[in-house]
Amino acid sequence: MKRAGIVAWNTFREAVRDRVLYNLVFFALLMIAAALLVGQISIGIEQIVIVTLGLSAISLIGILMAVFIGVGLVSKEMEKRTLYALLAKPVRRWEFLLGKFAGLALTLAVNTAAMAAGLAGAMWLVQGKLHAEDAAVLVAVYFILLKLAIVVSLALLFSCFTTPLLSTLFTAGLYVAGVFAPEIRAIGKVTGNAALDAVAMAFSYLLPNFDNFNVIAAAAHRRAIPGTLVAQNTLYAAVYCAIALAGATMIFSRRNLK
Amino acid sequence: MTGPAIETEGLTKDYTTGFWLAKKKRSLDNLTMQVERGEVFGFLGPNGAGKTTTIKLLMGLIFPSAGTARILGRPVSDVGMHNEIGYLPEQPYFYDYLTARELLDYFARFHGFGAAERRQRVERMLKKVGLETAGKIQLRKYSKGMLQRVGVAQAILHDPQVVILDEPMSGLDPLGRREVRDIILELKKAGRTVLFSTHILSDAEMLCDRVAVIAGGKLRGVGAPKEIVGVQSHGMEILFEPGSGAGAAGIMEKAARMGDRYRIEVAEGELYAAMEQLRAAGAKVLSVTQVRQTLEDYFLGLMGAEQARASAVEVGEK
Amino acid sequence: MAMLLLAVIPAGFASLWRLQRGIDRQLAAMHQEQDELVLRSGKMLRLLSLEYGAFLADVYWTRTVQYYGDRRVRQVTNLETLGPLLDVTTTLDPQLLPAYRFGAIFLAEKAPQGAGRPDLAVELIHKGIKNNPDFWRFYYDLGFIYYWELKDYKKASEAFLEGSKNPKALIWMKVMAAKIAAEGRSRETSRILWREIYESSQDKLIRENALRNLKLLRAEEDCEYLDGLVGRYARSAQRMPERLEELVSAGLLPGVPADPEGFPYVLGADGKAHVHPKSPLLGYPKGPPPPR
Repeated sequence: MKRAGIVAWNTFREAVRDRVLYNLVFFALLMIAAALLVGQISIGIEQIVIVTLGLSAISLIGILMAVFIGVGLVSKEMEKRTLYALLAKPVRRWEFLLGKFAGLALTLAVNTAAMAAGLAGAMWLVQGKLHAEDAAVLVAVYFILLKLAIVVSLALLFSCFTTPLLSTLFTAGLYVAGVFAPEIRAIGKVTGNAALDAVAMAFSYLLPNFDNFNVIAAAAHRRAIPGTLVAQNTLYAAVYCAIALAGATMIFSRRNLK
Repeated sequence: MTGPAIETEGLTKDYTTGFWLAKKKRSLDNLTMQVERGEVFGFLGPNGAGKTTTIKLLMGLIFPSAGTARILGRPVSDVGMHNEIGYLPEQPYFYDYLTARELLDYFARFHGFGAAERRQRVERMLKKVGLETAGKIQLRKYSKGMLQRVGVAQAILHDPQVVILDEPMSGLDPLGRREVRDIILELKKAGRTVLFSTHILSDAEMLCDRVAVIAGGKLRGVGAPKEIVGVQSHGMEILFEPGSGAGAAGIMEKAARMGDRYRIEVAEGELYAAMEQLRAAGAKVLSVTQVRQTLEDYFLGLMGAEQARASAVEVGEK
Repeated sequence: MAMLLLAVIPAGFASLWRLQRGIDRQLAAMHQEQDELVLRSGKMLRLLSLEYGAFLADVYWTRTVQYYGDRRVRQVTNLETLGPLLDVTTTLDPQLLPAYRFGAIFLAEKAPQGAGRPDLAVELIHKGIKNNPDFWRFYYDLGFIYYWELKDYKKASEAFLEGSKNPKALIWMKVMAAKIAAEGRSRETSRILWREIYESSQDKLIRENALRNLKLLRAEEDCEYLDGLVGRYARSAQRMPERLEELVSAGLLPGVPADPEGFPYVLGADGKAHVHPKSPLLGYPKGPPPPR
């Protein structure tokens, strides 16, 4: 566990040194522009627009980072052969994977927290002050982070057995499919075909249901998000990550590092 | 603690290739050997012979198709044993966003050293490989030779019992080779076991207690360097321009013409006699050199030309 | 270790399955409080969707169908976001014909089948005609809504006539125009219209709805006939019957007749025959018919 932590810290350091966090500048500019312009284009729903736009940007930037850095976590180390010297240390392969996962998750957490602070600033600018109900935005940010953790675990899983390009396609594909999981589940109901219903049902439960984590609209309307949902979503993300990491470990532990 | 430092038994590695992974290629075939404790062991063979495959099997980077390998009596799948092993990969590459100092510190953490001890060890290693002034530079700016030095430093950072070096001399200038040789001798003096692979015969001759020769994935012989590769006596080559003096006929018969010059190869003991003859013939001697048998020559002799060509083709395919 | 990992995967998915159902309940509760449509402006959405507008429209359409289907099952009559959903869908993809046609039917019908907003339905169809002037069936839909829901027979006749000008339109569009202009509402016209909807549609919901309305027309006819019998009974017995069974006892009927779904007709307090209140003909989910 401690060794996984060492790997995680180095993964975080790599992201920082590769200037990954520069995206924050882009986000900050977006928020400033939105805060300045929102009053001009939409009267009465400034706060809603700011929150929706901000949370959507946090989600999108996070997804891009999670996918593009995630697919390189393992494959880059294999390709550059930096992994050889590392695995000659007393590091088990699952510790390496767990460390890589935790490192990118930490990077995303820091990045997302910074963006959330920026969003809070923009909200404060638009409303003049922050309300207690705005805490729903924090929950929405937390849900985005949970979603990102699942994306990272999937990217890591694919990264263990296929090329970065294919990993990117698979991860992005699963993400889109996961967003539409409720629609997939409803296919059978709409068509009324029992066999199709069963297949679609099974498939939708295997997919990561990213719709669970989408409370952007509720947050924008300052509606309280039930604590039960927070707990359930946390558990859901943890279990899904565990599944993906278990799969990754099973594949990677048998992998010959040519 | 007794028993060999490294032992392999029937170690075999097949790679599957082709679109359906249907083709099998054997890159190591039934390797059984032992490296004794405190020994410097050379692993000799042409490129693609199976040296790196063997070393990766020992390090648990790849998994054997058959056979077993043990280091210090423990199976190679036991990662905990890596506290006792140092490893230098072939053409090493490290996290290029780190400085040499950071990299060594990072690796040292896995061995559980405290902060003070890490700092002390890292400084000592940097000095040992001659990088104390470059410790603050990111590795992306390092030359191949400098990376090789960092690689050696990280391999011996934790003072391991067994050090496995894959082509430690490659990419180094003469001074660097000398330094690595010194490090290996130092390790030997400290009672450590060193296994290193090379395709350069003189390195092996100079350092090794024993060598193993591997080619085409098969073990061709194990023993002291002299026994294995020193059996053929080395001749002397004389390059000369012929004169017009008497007595030239005898020696000229044996000489081979190379343009204006002639070349003759004689046994070491006959050198002076031949020189005498040449002098009598009024020939102008241009150079006298020892004929050093290259490893390639040795392999040609060992396997026969055909087999060597076959193994060269395999290498080409890989 | 490997066995342990192998166990994590099925166990994980099993627990996810249970967890998902809990999450679904939470999310459903949240959505029930207030139906969300963050962006009600289809134009804005089309700008934001880049070149994927058509795809997004399909997603919206799927959502709409689900929404509608779901509401029908739950018997909740609040369908206020149906109009905006359809508007967004058809703005994203103006050529998505089913969205106009089915959407108009969803919108126009009275609760519990629809949103009871024929005005919005007319608006939607007009939008469809504007974007797809060649599609003559929109005039059929328009005429139908005027005829069936708004009972504006002049406008209905005009719509059928307008549609009949399209050379591709079926000839009976003209017939309908004339018939409605002359007779206004008649059972025969209604039956023809519903039959056309039933036969021209591929959609299960639409077909079911059309079939139900056809059966309802049958029931209407039956009730009229029963009303005649009740009148005869009242004249001979000098009093109004309280139940239809009295007509059976009087020998006017061999038994209490049932509607096409098998539910017996009942006599209302107004002295007229009605469809059984539990009959699925009234738009409620099918249950077993009561014992006869």
